[in-house]
Amino acid sequence: MSTPEQREIIIRRGRADTIFRGVIASGAMLSLVVLALIAGFLLFRGLEVFKDFGFSFLTGTQWDAGSGDASAPAHFGIAAMLIGSIVTAVIALIVAVPFAIAVSLFLEYYAPQFIRKPLTAILDLVAAIPSVIYGIWGYAILMPKAAGWAKSLNSWFDWIWIFKVPAPIFDRSPFIAGLLLALMVLPITTSVAREVYSQAPRDQIDAAYGLGGTKWGGIRTVVMPFGRSGLVGGAMLGLGRALGETIAVYLVLNLVFKVNFQILASAGGNVASLIATRFGEATPYELKALMAAGLVLFLVTLAVNAAATYIVSRSRTSA
Amino acid sequence: MSENNGHDINTEVITPSLGTTMNTPTEDRTHRNADNLAVNGLTGLEARGVHAWFNKHHALADVSLHFPQNTVTGLIGPSGCGKSTFLRLLNRMHEFIPRAAMAGEVLFNGEDIYAPDVDPTEIRKRIGMVFQKPNPFPSMTIAENVLAGPKLAKVKVENKDELLEDCLTRAGLWKEVKDRLKASGSSLSGGQQQRLCIARALALKPEALLLDEPCSALDPGSTLRVEETIVQLSQTMTIVIVTHNMQQAARVSDYCAFFLSDGGPGQLVEADLTTNIFSNPRDQRTADYVQGRFG
Repeated sequence: MSTPEQREIIIRRGRADTIFRGVIASGAMLSLVVLALIAGFLLFRGLEVFKDFGFSFLTGTQWDAGSGDASAPAHFGIAAMLIGSIVTAVIALIVAVPFAIAVSLFLEYYAPQFIRKPLTAILDLVAAIPSVIYGIWGYAILMPKAAGWAKSLNSWFDWIWIFKVPAPIFDRSPFIAGLLLALMVLPITTSVAREVYSQAPRDQIDAAYGLGGTKWGGIRTVVMPFGRSGLVGGAMLGLGRALGETIAVYLVLNLVFKVNFQILASAGGNVASLIATRFGEATPYELKALMAAGLVLFLVTLAVNAAATYIVSRSRTSA
Repeated sequence: MSENNGHDINTEVITPSLGTTMNTPTEDRTHRNADNLAVNGLTGLEARGVHAWFNKHHALADVSLHFPQNTVTGLIGPSGCGKSTFLRLLNRMHEFIPRAAMAGEVLFNGEDIYAPDVDPTEIRKRIGMVFQKPNPFPSMTIAENVLAGPKLAKVKVENKDELLEDCLTRAGLWKEVKDRLKASGSSLSGGQQQRLCIARALALKPEALLLDEPCSALDPGSTLRVEETIVQLSQTMTIVIVTHNMQQAARVSDYCAFFLSDGGPGQLVEADLTTNIFSNPRDQRTADYVQGRFG
């Protein structure tokens, strides 16, 4: 038997279909192009700084615009700010994730219907509060309180190095900034966690109950293992927001160009806040350095979000 | 239930007789004798005037049925007749469905399992359940799956290895998995997974086992293995099995109960020795169903 020639299948599209395809395809392309343009712009503007300082731009801690001539050369390094960003974001997650787990499990498995709906709606509203509002509230209300908590933490746990302080000043510390960020990332983390927990397979929960398990037993045996990777993804989406947060952190954190892991000390760093503070009065050369710092932040948050998206999507397909 | 006289007569007359006057089934159930059927009321499971609702929907009406100790009872009937609902009422799984309600009594060894002082987790520990779709815990190994029950129900186990081997052997799975107990439970085939679920239910040493169409997702070979397992287990525990497969009901059960819904709530039409249900049913609808004329 001879193999027949393969036929080419020609699909004829109607005009409406062609137009619609064009519109949505260009919309999709546009967003990718904008993303690429932003990265390109930051890279282009910051390239000179990267060239001049090389790797020390990432590892240096000094930020000095210099005098513009050879007598006092400029030094730009964002290590303190980058590490500060990470420290505050990690504090935020350590505080926010347990709350997110508790809130999402409550909403999904314990709350009666008449509480669940309004509470879910409120959480979504909380996500929409502008960050400057958080900042003002954090400065006026949270900071005075949290400084007291920080003082207590310091007096109980000062045998742990990270809770030590060089001077008894507890205002404007990474700890306070982290608490504020925790509040800000709670809605997104909770919302992702709730969605994953709600997809836990009913038949496995039944199996746990059928084996004499309590509600908590079923949640621990089935729901939490099922939701683990989704929760990680939600936490990392929160991390993305916490890393990029500018104005709220700027209001409650004392920017100091020194790598600091002592979270209660009144000295921290944050790349986004650095850019916001310096932007107005920067020399042309410093402006380039700020663009370069922006690029680093952009890449870090992009990487975190990409990892989060990957983890969340993997947890969905394996379900 | 005045609209259905046949139903009234059946529930009232047949049910008490189930536990007392029946003869030993004749077919391949040779391990039976009249002794273990003679005791009534205080042993096995008994439903008395059970109703079920989902929200406003009346799903099951006035079912009374006795499951004598160490027997297998098959629940048969077309889809939507309330068999599974009834099964889930027998170990208090019913109440997990939002807005589900019930009426009547379910007696387990003479005690009402819906009494206010009864701990439902204790009931589910003593009355095990195997579900339609094999549902091993995917995050656990084969061994962990079997031992999940004691862990969930907080029962201390003296010798875990012994319990593991015992349960897997009784579920007919030991030979196939003994060299890979550390493999994931979901790496097994469908039939093996279902037997793993049976082994998991056995680890709590239940006095009764409820099976909800345990073979509906299995191939014929695996089905036979599970049926052998059920017949073996019935020497030491009371078994209730929901099945759509008439041959299966004939092969494994001592008694059969036929459920039917005429558009309203599901009702018990007839319950009797399996041999009678298949060869000499009292109700024409039962005869039509078991002979495949509807459903």
